[in-house]
Amino acid sequence: MSAKARTRRNNALIDILLFLICFVLLTPLILLVANGFKTPAEMLVWPPTLFPKDPTLENFQKVFTETPLLRWIFNSLMFALLSTIAIVATSALAGYIIGKFPFRTINIIFVLFLTTAIIPFEVYMIPLYFQVKALGALNSIGGLLIGYLVMSFGIFLIRQNVIASIPDELLEAARIDGAGEFWIFWRVVLPLLKGPLAALAVLAFFQAWTTFAWPIIVLTRKTSFTIEVGLANFQSAYTVELSLLSAASAAVMVPSVLAFVLLRRHFVEGITASGMKE
Amino acid sequence: MLRRKRFWFAIIAILPTFAIFGWVRMFPIIETLRLSMFQWNLLSKNKPFVGFDNFIELFGDDQFLDALTNTAVIAFGAMAVTIPASMVLAAVIYHRTKSRFAGFYETAVFIPHVVSLVPAAMAWKWIFDAKLGPLNAAIVAMGGTAQPWLFDPVLSVVCIIFLVSWQTLGYGVLIYLVGFRNLPKSVYEAAQLDGASGLQSFIYMSVPLLKPITLYVSVVTLISGFNVYTQAYVLASDTQGAPGRQVRVLVLDMLENSFQNFRVGYAAAEAVILLSIVLLLTAIQFGLLRQKGDR
Repeated sequence: MSAKARTRRNNALIDILLFLICFVLLTPLILLVANGFKTPAEMLVWPPTLFPKDPTLENFQKVFTETPLLRWIFNSLMFALLSTIAIVATSALAGYIIGKFPFRTINIIFVLFLTTAIIPFEVYMIPLYFQVKALGALNSIGGLLIGYLVMSFGIFLIRQNVIASIPDELLEAARIDGAGEFWIFWRVVLPLLKGPLAALAVLAFFQAWTTFAWPIIVLTRKTSFTIEVGLANFQSAYTVELSLLSAASAAVMVPSVLAFVLLRRHFVEGITASGMKE
Repeated sequence: MLRRKRFWFAIIAILPTFAIFGWVRMFPIIETLRLSMFQWNLLSKNKPFVGFDNFIELFGDDQFLDALTNTAVIAFGAMAVTIPASMVLAAVIYHRTKSRFAGFYETAVFIPHVVSLVPAAMAWKWIFDAKLGPLNAAIVAMGGTAQPWLFDPVLSVVCIIFLVSWQTLGYGVLIYLVGFRNLPKSVYEAAQLDGASGLQSFIYMSVPLLKPITLYVSVVTLISGFNVYTQAYVLASDTQGAPGRQVRVLVLDMLENSFQNFRVGYAAAEAVILLSIVLLLTAIQFGLLRQKGDR
């Protein structure tokens, strides 16, 4: 066999292996979706079936009509959307100022805030809970939002991009033309930051969408649950079958996986940037 | 004059962000440190200062020690699985970069990392289920004996390690892929000319060259492992089939002390310990990185 043919054979083998690994990794999720189409009776069969024998849509119908699933999805969407807006807005403005306005005071405070980035949210969420409680904002999207208004990494990401891709000369030219500082930020700087801002937005949205520990302490009322908390508390709130739970989980999971596949480029950009911060 | 004007613009523009930061980050962090020195049962008005009593009590508290052990085992266990697996997987995917499936591989491996924890944990919960799950069915079919995966104190921790690794794998692969892409190609070409096999260049070149990345991914995995909570919550929760055994982890113990036992100061002390672990890990990372830079 020639060397070329051997390489080709090896690569084909590697491809098969990789397909197998990917398949194994995705199996739990595929099975979850499959469970959503099973009848409650089939869920109790031993040995368990991997794919539904006679698929039914009943679970999905039931889940959407008899439980507040839509309400929870709406809550999660609102929370994730508002959190994304807040994080993008604060990061864009603060990142620009820190990157282009070298005043000592600002820089010192910035470094102080940056160090809080390594402290996990779980460490300070109990005092934060009492702050939210004092505002009377428990069980509301507003209260939930208080934990997710800013992201140190976001400010850092924008600052790096401002330094790397916005030349001082451009800002000076605009100033000489008599442009106001805010106009410069809005019309000159923001359009140049589209890429990193999109990456940050995707990251912020998924962060809020998937968060669990914070909403589970802030939200105790069924109608205010986010989808994550709702799903986790499903069984205590309703006596449901596993098939219903799977249907609900699948109904939430499939769109978010699709969204990820579509936005993968931005997502990967954001994540890898976070890995390169040292 | 111009500088002054610019200074005021900068201050006004950054003030809201700094104010929010102070309010939702700095203040609660300082409050955690402060509360850890107080005894506060949530209901009573007076909060006596108790110094380090909370910490002393914690180290005699079986539930806390159990939580600390479990959490450490989960964090280090997940790291031990994730690091080698993601490095090898990234190497293989990098090797097939030119393949038309490369995008598919990257996406598929990363999906478990972006899926919300609760649905993902539900999927695994069914797989691990002692009475109805496919894992036991497969074991029995192959002539083994069914295991009480989510009941047994050791097995339930193994299940959580498995679940956590499954989710961090994609993150590790992604970061390693960036690392592989940044490696100097010439070194590999030279090695190939000298007759090094693919496996040899992986072991003798990629592994040492990627050390900073390995360090980074290890610390990130460890820190997120120490914050594990959702997985334990969902795997233990009560669905039809059977409830799993509660694996006590730090965050769970902390929330229970705060909101069920109403011992906020005590819970804050736990949070401070969690913080110390995270800071220690970060310090080790920076220390090792600097050491490398000096050479």
